[in-house]
Amino acid sequence: MNLFAQALAWLGDGTHWQGSSGIPTRVLQHLGITLLTLVIAAAIAWPAGVLVGHTRRGSGMIGAITGGARAIPTLGLLTLFGLWLGIGLSAPVLALVVLAIPSLLAGAYAGIENIDATIPQAAKAIGMTPAQVIRSVELPLALPVIIGGLRSATLQVVATATLAAYTSDTGLGRYLFAGLKTRDYPQMLGGALLVVVLTLVLELVLASCQRLATNRVAHPERNLP
Amino acid sequence: MNWLRLNWTQVVDLTVDHLLLSVPAIVISVLVAVPIGRLAHRRPRWGSPLLGAASLMYAIPALPLLIIIPAVFGTPLRSSATMVIALSIYGVALLVRTAADAFASVDTHTRDAAVAIGCSPRSLLWRVDLPMALPVLLSGIRVVTVSTIGLVTIGALIGVSSLGNLLTDGFQRGIAGEVLTGVVVTVLLALVLDGLLLLAGRLLTPWRVSA
Repeated sequence: MNLFAQALAWLGDGTHWQGSSGIPTRVLQHLGITLLTLVIAAAIAWPAGVLVGHTRRGSGMIGAITGGARAIPTLGLLTLFGLWLGIGLSAPVLALVVLAIPSLLAGAYAGIENIDATIPQAAKAIGMTPAQVIRSVELPLALPVIIGGLRSATLQVVATATLAAYTSDTGLGRYLFAGLKTRDYPQMLGGALLVVVLTLVLELVLASCQRLATNRVAHPERNLP
Repeated sequence: MNWLRLNWTQVVDLTVDHLLLSVPAIVISVLVAVPIGRLAHRRPRWGSPLLGAASLMYAIPALPLLIIIPAVFGTPLRSSATMVIALSIYGVALLVRTAADAFASVDTHTRDAAVAIGCSPRSLLWRVDLPMALPVLLSGIRVVTVSTIGLVTIGALIGVSSLGNLLTDGFQRGIAGEVLTGVVVTVLLALVLDGLLLLAGRLLTPWRVSA
């Protein structure tokens, strides 16, 4: 337990909170790489998932992608992309995008697929175009599940973004790798605790977003007295 | 391919190391998660918070966890014990909810019939609940197995030997063939174990084949 006290002392040291390798900078880098990854992954996965859910075709492919991707070691992708693309941000972001896509895809697909099939049919029957059905019927109803997918993707990405420091000078992972090299265990543990806190904060924020999406967007009728 | 031809003995050794880390972790995960899952199903009042807490463990990032475990359990940082504990924690976190669902999936009529013909609580567990819960349980164990095999590679970063060594070593020496071999062999290993579990499931639940 002495190590925990040392780690807290490391966190409490004011000099670690300043400059280009200070804690605020590293936290912002970590959040930045997470956000960038999620934006790219969502731009690919969400339209594909919504399309498959809407047409209800190709669900076997979704299962194969989400199951197969689980077996790929992220460290392997990271090092492979690192060798091809060199030191820098592109290799970790690309590896993390591959990590994030299955959860986002599964969320978008399952959210729309699980809607009672008669609801989009009714929307079509009152004269809505397919685009309108997706935009004003399916997306609002699927939103809680879509955010659920975003939640697990964020969890994975923010946790795994520590590995980004293996091939680039970015994020909270720096403290872990720097501490590992110099056997500075308080620094490692301090960095580890920062990642855990960041993960839990994001988890809480997204969990309340999911609740909000359920109560305000998908099922506002539940709030009626 | 050329790299693999010259170094295949090393790959075999690392595959064995990889299995020696992942198989104990998978077994421990099952042994811990199944009783918790059953408790959560039978006594939801205690079980639900336990289930939530266990699932939350999955939120702890892998690399930090490998550093926190030595601080908590007193194991050496670069040891297989640290790695097995970390993998077991993730395995339990992934499996508990499926385990609870598995016991919930047991047909209540079958249970009632077993009680009616005089099954003792012990044989009810071993001869009715567990076999009937096995299909759902096994789907969870397959997920744990595949993700554990992938996760073991992280151990290479703290110096615990596994197929992950090919990833870090290949990266540092700039040998793409070595990294690619590491990725492919890891994925193949996961698929083989997944297939074996699928086969074991067919053998253990013969009544489902005819159904």
